[in-house]
Amino acid sequence: MNEKPEKLIDKKGLRLDGRKPDELRPLKMEVGVISNANGSAYIEWGKNKIIAAVYGPREVHPKHLALQDRTVLKCRYHMASFSVQERKSPAPSRREIELSKVIRESLEPAIFMEYYPRTMIDVTIEVLQADGGTRCAGITAAALALADSGIPMRDLVAACAAGKIDNTVVLDLFDTEDKAGSADVPVAMMPNLNAVTLLQMDGILTHEEFEKAVNMAMAGCKTVYAIQKEALKTKYVTTKGEEESKEEEAEE
Amino acid sequence: MPILLEKRQVVAPGDLIAEGDYIAGDNTYKEKEKIYASRVGILEYETKRVDVVALKSFYIPRMEDIVIGTITEVGFNGWMVDINSPYPALLRASDVLSRPFKPQKDDLPQVLDAGDLVVAKIASYDRTHDPQLTVAEPGLGKVTRGQILKVTPTKIPRIIGRKGSMISAIKQETGCNIILGVNGVVLITGKTLEDEQLAMKAILKIEAESHTTGLTDRITQMLKEENTKKGGKTE
Repeated sequence: MNEKPEKLIDKKGLRLDGRKPDELRPLKMEVGVISNANGSAYIEWGKNKIIAAVYGPREVHPKHLALQDRTVLKCRYHMASFSVQERKSPAPSRREIELSKVIRESLEPAIFMEYYPRTMIDVTIEVLQADGGTRCAGITAAALALADSGIPMRDLVAACAAGKIDNTVVLDLFDTEDKAGSADVPVAMMPNLNAVTLLQMDGILTHEEFEKAVNMAMAGCKTVYAIQKEALKTKYVTTKGEEESKEEEAEE
Repeated sequence: MPILLEKRQVVAPGDLIAEGDYIAGDNTYKEKEKIYASRVGILEYETKRVDVVALKSFYIPRMEDIVIGTITEVGFNGWMVDINSPYPALLRASDVLSRPFKPQKDDLPQVLDAGDLVVAKIASYDRTHDPQLTVAEPGLGKVTRGQILKVTPTKIPRIIGRKGSMISAIKQETGCNIILGVNGVVLITGKTLEDEQLAMKAILKIEAESHTTGLTDRITQMLKEENTKKGGKTE
């Protein structure tokens, strides 16, 4: 493993990977990657690589978990054993179970849960490669997968983190910054409704710093959201474009 | 303050479609006088009503719908049927036998067994109970021959076409009998395998190109071309 670097921000004000304090890592999203799932999405967020799949709404198993007035959302966040430097045991750890719950609660407000009583929606998030900020990337991918599956939603959920390194508030920490830094604030929100669905803080921040971090993360969410929408529409627009060209051929 | 996006535009969940005095139609919702999309789809609107035609969806039962289902389980006095929906459907033995069911005399797997296909109508459904099916009407019952095709349930209206123009064109050109299950399952029965395959090809084409205009004409043209080709071969 890398040793702890002495300085996380250099004299020019750039971070270890050359980003400015308010800059996101490069983002790439793709919708509909798993044919056996009802909806799926793949995201590359810097060095993070994550696949999310949605199954359902379908019958609840075991049956006693069914709710009479709403659907049940089940989330599974899992890190592949090869996703980190040191092999991770594939059994769900305390951290993964906790993240599953946190992610579920951040997605629930976006779904019209009351539309399909006595059913269950399964969301699986598999982290193939981790480099800090996987919960945010996972939520972003899961929201795309949900929209792709045709489940009615109030809005997409976009997530992004901010934190503090070397006494500076910065956007979107990666692994080394997260471990060496002094605070991390992940935020998930529904940008069109301006509603925050996840807000956590790990570390110590002053009131002012916290406010700055949250505002920075929310601005990051909006950038992520724009890319999300584009990825979702691209899937359908490309198929549409192909047909239009076919149509032209037919006219000729 | 009525703001509207363009017609036939692709929208995603959370997209603001209209503001002000509009009616939220399919796949949209209203909050504080604003109408948002709730599914990925194509925007359509009439004077006061805003709809989103979903590009992907699943089947939610409605009473009186004709569906095509697969028997998944033989129970004590009926069958469980998979109708391509989040809810399993129940088909009662007395309904199929059209007389009271006698457990001593009647052998259910002989009437319908797991894996059999049935054309049925939703007899009852509400959000507190699973749907119940009935086959006690002409045209309904066990499927004995033909081809099965699965499409996204939202595309069924497109296959039917305006006042049934599309489906009647396919029926006429191929000579096949086609039953469209509202749950996205299509049954095609024709005289020969080629006829059935031609009808399947047409329906798959409609599904892939459902959001383009002038589709009925192109489908009819395609079918006619195929028919002349076929006619040439047999002669």
